[in-house]
Amino acid sequence: MTTDVQTQPSTPGTAMILTLGGIAMLAGLLVVLVYHLTMPFIEANRQAALERAVFDVLPGAATRRDLRLTEEGVVPAAQADGGRRLYAGYNADGGLVGVAIPAAGQGYQDTIRILYGYDPGCECIIGMAVLGHKETPGLGDKIVDDEDFHANFDGLQAEVAPDGDGLRHPIKTVKSGEKDDPWEIDAISGATISSRAIGKMMNQSAQALIPALKANADQLRQNDGG
Amino acid sequence: MADRKADPSPIDADTFLEGLWRENPVFVMLLGMCPVLAVTNSVVNAIAMGVATTFVLLASSVLVSLLRNLIPKQVRIASYIVIIATFVTITDYVIQAVSLTLYNALGAFIQLIVVNCMILGRAEAYASKTRPLKAAVNALGMGSGFTIALLCLGSVRELLGAGTLLGFPVFGENFAPWVVMILPPGGFFVLGGWLLLFDWINQRNARKTEEAEVARAG
Repeated sequence: MTTDVQTQPSTPGTAMILTLGGIAMLAGLLVVLVYHLTMPFIEANRQAALERAVFDVLPGAATRRDLRLTEEGVVPAAQADGGRRLYAGYNADGGLVGVAIPAAGQGYQDTIRILYGYDPGCECIIGMAVLGHKETPGLGDKIVDDEDFHANFDGLQAEVAPDGDGLRHPIKTVKSGEKDDPWEIDAISGATISSRAIGKMMNQSAQALIPALKANADQLRQNDGG
Repeated sequence: MADRKADPSPIDADTFLEGLWRENPVFVMLLGMCPVLAVTNSVVNAIAMGVATTFVLLASSVLVSLLRNLIPKQVRIASYIVIIATFVTITDYVIQAVSLTLYNALGAFIQLIVVNCMILGRAEAYASKTRPLKAAVNALGMGSGFTIALLCLGSVRELLGAGTLLGFPVFGENFAPWVVMILPPGGFFVLGGWLLLFDWINQRNARKTEEAEVARAG
């Protein structure tokens, strides 16, 4: 394709289009090739990071069980294909600490992926970890390790509504320092958009999953060592 | 057009070495300051950024050089940008595959290699006018110069700001780290220090050469 360029120097218009088209095709080919070669490794890395994060968002957990939430309820991950992935954490005595739930949503620049821990006992969120993001360095990326922000997720209320449909109070992010209710998240000042994104994705995920998790709490408590 | 593309001069030591000292991209040309200041808070980050940039520089220089006779002058910048962006995307995937921790530490700065003016500058000023092998040697020299410069900043900042080198403690228990050194202002302090040193050495060398010439003349 690009050899045409040399033979037609008198028609720069076509030459330019051919060159740019050729280079773009070459670029696309290279990127797709590398994408396919590296994807298995990237997936494995992400999975490993997610499994490590389970113990961060479930304080006191010692063992982990991989589950899926399907229409039949909570089943071990190996026995089903569809449904949402969940990770139940148990303490040293075998008691349920909570369930780690992955969630994702649009941040300021790209998708933010998080994992949060839900304790059916206190009906609250007990921890949150950011798995991946591309927020602005120095501003939005504070969501990863800002201590005051993470303190929000130590007992954030996530009570199921009396009719069992969604949460009684939706989880929401408020401006820094304006947190009044136990279901509100205090935003980081200077990272309001990123903080809001976390509150929003957590609310969406919690509204959809937590009622089902509460209904299946007995199944979750059974730790058959799977 | 023709003389722009013909380059009969041979590859010599200077093709490689000019990137290390005489035209060092960071300390002499002050190019690519964004990653220089942003990701040099530890030695590991500095090395990873340096290697990633060197790879992009090398690969894009070779490709630009190979295609130098095919790319029309009017669309050359667009072509260079597409070529550079391709290799940056490849680097991005590879780093994700190697280590997610490293990827998260480097953050958005991997993607920002695209706008590192050192790479576009080399493509425009050097690779598009010379043959692939020579362009590759020069790109390697420039990349090494860039990596060494990042390492200069990274090691000083990690040493003073965290009291460690490559993660290993150096000063013992009683050392109180200068946290400011691993924060953004520290990057400017350390860069300023290195620039002062380089300029002083260069000026001293220039004075010596001058004195030697005067002595020879007299």
